[in-house]
Amino acid sequence: MSGGVDSAVAAARAVEAGHEVVGVHLALSRMPGTLRTGSRGCCTIEDSMDAQRAANIIGIPYYVWDFSERFKLDVVDDFIAEYAAGRTPNPCMRCNERIKFAALLEKAVALGFDAVCTGHYASILTDADGNRELHRASAWAKDQSYVLGVLTTEQLAHSMFPLGATPSKAEVRAEAAERGFSVANKPDSYDICFIPDGDTRGWLAERVAPATGDILDRDGAKLGEHDGAVAFTVGQRKGLQIGTPAADGKPRFVLEVRPITNTVVVGPKEALAIREIAGSTFTWCGVAPANPEVAFDCDVQIRAHADPEPAVAQVVPVSGSTTGETELVITPNEPLTGVAPGQTAVVYVGTRVLGQCTIDRTVSAVPVAAMSSAAADA
Amino acid sequence: MAVYPENVRPDNVRPDNVYLDHAATTPMLPAAISAYAEAMTVVGNPASIHSQGQNAKRMLEEAREVVARSVGSDPIEVVFTGGGTEAINLAVKGLFWARAPRTRILAPGGEHHATLDTIEWLEHHEGAVVEWLPLDDLGRVDVAVLERAIAANPDDVALVTLLAANNEVGTLQPIREVAALAAAHGIPVHVDAVSAYGHVPIDFAALSRTGASAVSVSAHKIGGPVGIGALVLSRRATVVPLIHGGGQQRQVRSGTQDVAAAVSFAVAASAAVAELPGEGVRLAALRDRVIAGVRAAVPEAVLNGDPDPAGRLPGNAHFTFPGCEGDSLLFLLDVAGVSVSTGSACQAGIPEPSHVLRAMGRSETEARGALRITLGRTSTDADVDAFLAALPAAYAQAARAGLADREPAR
Repeated sequence: MSGGVDSAVAAARAVEAGHEVVGVHLALSRMPGTLRTGSRGCCTIEDSMDAQRAANIIGIPYYVWDFSERFKLDVVDDFIAEYAAGRTPNPCMRCNERIKFAALLEKAVALGFDAVCTGHYASILTDADGNRELHRASAWAKDQSYVLGVLTTEQLAHSMFPLGATPSKAEVRAEAAERGFSVANKPDSYDICFIPDGDTRGWLAERVAPATGDILDRDGAKLGEHDGAVAFTVGQRKGLQIGTPAADGKPRFVLEVRPITNTVVVGPKEALAIREIAGSTFTWCGVAPANPEVAFDCDVQIRAHADPEPAVAQVVPVSGSTTGETELVITPNEPLTGVAPGQTAVVYVGTRVLGQCTIDRTVSAVPVAAMSSAAADA
Repeated sequence: MAVYPENVRPDNVRPDNVYLDHAATTPMLPAAISAYAEAMTVVGNPASIHSQGQNAKRMLEEAREVVARSVGSDPIEVVFTGGGTEAINLAVKGLFWARAPRTRILAPGGEHHATLDTIEWLEHHEGAVVEWLPLDDLGRVDVAVLERAIAANPDDVALVTLLAANNEVGTLQPIREVAALAAAHGIPVHVDAVSAYGHVPIDFAALSRTGASAVSVSAHKIGGPVGIGALVLSRRATVVPLIHGGGQQRQVRSGTQDVAAAVSFAVAASAAVAELPGEGVRLAALRDRVIAGVRAAVPEAVLNGDPDPAGRLPGNAHFTFPGCEGDSLLFLLDVAGVSVSTGSACQAGIPEPSHVLRAMGRSETEARGALRITLGRTSTDADVDAFLAALPAAYAQAARAGLADREPAR
């Protein structure tokens, strides 16, 4: 129970569904702030108190479990390392993968619980053979199945999402008010919980030593210098500080961040279009496809609030691998923009989450004559 | 909106719950409750001059005399406070400021947070220079180490503060020796007796003769109400007050005095002192059953603190359960209807690795597997039986859960 409205209502519904429920608040920082400020909050003492008051009203026991050390290692440090490696990670996903449905679930099961129940907007459905499947929530606008795409079959077997069939967040708030929860009108939380002021760039700059490097065009020509590659994200336009305009006079965008050489590659907006994404770290959510080596139709979503895009996916051997490594290759029907290595691509079939991969490499839809491809070398 | 008092008792606790966390707080003595309620019906500010004021003042001073007798001090030396934490703050900050320009504070590293955090505040805001003294294997401060620390520059020591008995591991501390040592250099000593009061005799007159300046006590640890404590402050000691106002209580602690709470405190104090000889023996016997029973049920368990029964609080048993998180054990025992403690939890309810065990030189992992069982006036053999019956299954399950949440995934 984060102290927010969703987990409070989820807990109440789980109790009413007949389950024996214990409220657990995750302490994710040893040095929590005292009061919630603005929309950021899942880590303050006020949030912990909000969660406890909701548990009181529901009439369930409430405990705080300390996962601050694991959270630091698996989420915060990972976030810094991923940025330092030129990728764009999703820490909420990492938290679901390694904390909420891993460390927390393992501890809970060991202590005698059957499942972790959260306020995520996603649905678990059962197929004709009794297998559990993860699906989008009824409330499309609030759907969080994307950030749960990392769940494995085993994790799914021990998960409960009582808000999945709720038509809208407004209904959850109304229900919370009816139940007498003080958090009924608490603002939704956005952004990254461990970056209190929301200034991700500034936060990272304090933790990753910046080093001056080159800004190159797609042909490898030096256009200028930057103060640290970590400050750049694929698709970024502002803050490049290149003195000379592009030959065609059009704005330039970050196409690639290459941490090994500490270089940033820029180019025209068209070059941001991606025709292929691939990742060797992929998982299936629920029953795996029978023949993923045969190309199959799906939808791919590459950010929490992006639209799903029709695509074809296929598991293929990684070229040049001598260890039999495979990767999930996703080819969208139309090129995608806003794709960066480190992001997670979640594969859907209809409303069902089929699986996901962390994007290792992308292929630009616009080839460069001087370079064989614009594939990221990160 | 409903009128508030319709649901004062939520009754979340199961009726057969066994309470073994008396060091956190202990049930109020029925006589202290009835005296409290009765005293609250008396109108009168003890600072008022009219007959109601005089009546209230009489009740207050009689209560002060009873509390003074319970700690062996003069009544004038008892300064009522809002509790143990305020008493400790008044002693530590008040003595530090009164001793300016001296800057050094000497204190063991395993003190209660009321002391630790007060000292750290002085360090960060008032230029205090702190020397944390290590604890030995049994959780006891080494007088020789303190002696060396003082000798380094006796003229610059503002004060020495230490617990009379450690609130987590229960180890009794050499307060007389420490007081005598400091007194030889004219250094004031504050003794935090919140956890010891009512469980072992406190003789302020003797301590004061050997040099102690102040002793902190709290009512709710002995069956009195929460919200009142006292700083027993030697008539020779000077402290700078924390709270300014009407100049009550020797100008040391302003604010209208809580007559009813003082009366209730006095009832609990007199009962605690009267019962102490018998209760000390009875609780020690129960504690020894807890210790023997835990060792039989879980041979891996390590008893923390002094294994000599005379060297620890009679109602305290404290163990490390290797390979377990203390909070897992606490949760499982709670589900089984037994209330125990892991030691200290911070304001958000997050269990912290025991800083006392850390000060005793234990690893953080060991400091996380700690569990404290504390007994009090209402404890019975049946309570001990229930705890010992619930422990094996809780331990086995907590060991399975292990320290999983400390190891990174991958």
